Amino acid sequence: MLSGLSWWKILCIVLLFYTILAGFLFEVPRRFILNESIRNLYFHVPMWFGMIFLLLSSASASILYLKKGRQFYDTYASQSANAGIVFGTLGLLTGMLWAKYTWGAYWSGDPKQNASAIGMLIYLAYFVLRGSIDDLQKKARISAVYNIFAFAMLIPLLFVLPRLTDSLHPGNGGNPGFNAYDLDSKMRLVFYPAIIGWTLLGFWLTDINTRIETIKHKLDYE
Amino acid sequence: MFLVTLCQSIVAQDKQAEMADVLRENGKIYNVVAVILVIFIGFLIYLFLTERKLKNLENKLNK
Repeated sequence: MLSGLSWWKILCIVLLFYTILAGFLFEVPRRFILNESIRNLYFHVPMWFGMIFLLLSSASASILYLKKGRQFYDTYASQSANAGIVFGTLGLLTGMLWAKYTWGAYWSGDPKQNASAIGMLIYLAYFVLRGSIDDLQKKARISAVYNIFAFAMLIPLLFVLPRLTDSLHPGNGGNPGFNAYDLDSKMRLVFYPAIIGWTLLGFWLTDINTRIETIKHKLDYE
Repeated sequence: MFLVTLCQSIVAQDKQAEMADVLRENGKIYNVVAVILVIFIGFLIYLFLTERKLKNLENKLNK
């Protein structure tokens, strides 16, 4: 059954199986406030890693489109941005659930929360822009330029601005990140495979959607 | 009074953070993991069938 799949899709399945098993069963450090919810690290954080990798590949595809003008790059850019938004939305929602437990409220207007919400809106506008242009090449070119701008906006929103002010989120303001001392070697053993597994799942969805859009394009224009 | 406060703070430091130890001891955690795995496998089979459908469509179109 698995023989028809490419190697990275099989790797994705294996890593996610491992994430579920080890994520719930392996030992984690005992921390006040976090308690057992520290295991969210294997599920909430990889959503954001996955989103960043997907949006990075989307921006790269847009650059390639502007350089070479092949339709495939435009299709790939839009579909990986699409999967990236799904991951980002899941990251926001899981973050809200975790925040309710550890910070006391779903939404506390925290700089990290606000900035990631703005980032999502910037990317939603990318799809509004795409939907509003009929001409195929114009659509591809204008949205490629916008997509590169969107990624350039996202990085300071997520990784620079929240660090310049106080935030409840680990890794920002006065708070050290998980990496500083909380994330021990036992957690890394699950955390890194989890990141790779979830990210590959995002690229799997991108792959399927890109192929569907390619078929649609063939039927409509060739 | 001061001694009592001091003792209390020492006791508080000794107390470990609460974890789901009972859930692990009686093995019910395996039930939870099994349920999640069944759902995950279900989604994987669905994803695989979608993949196969798409492959057939591509083959038909490229012929």
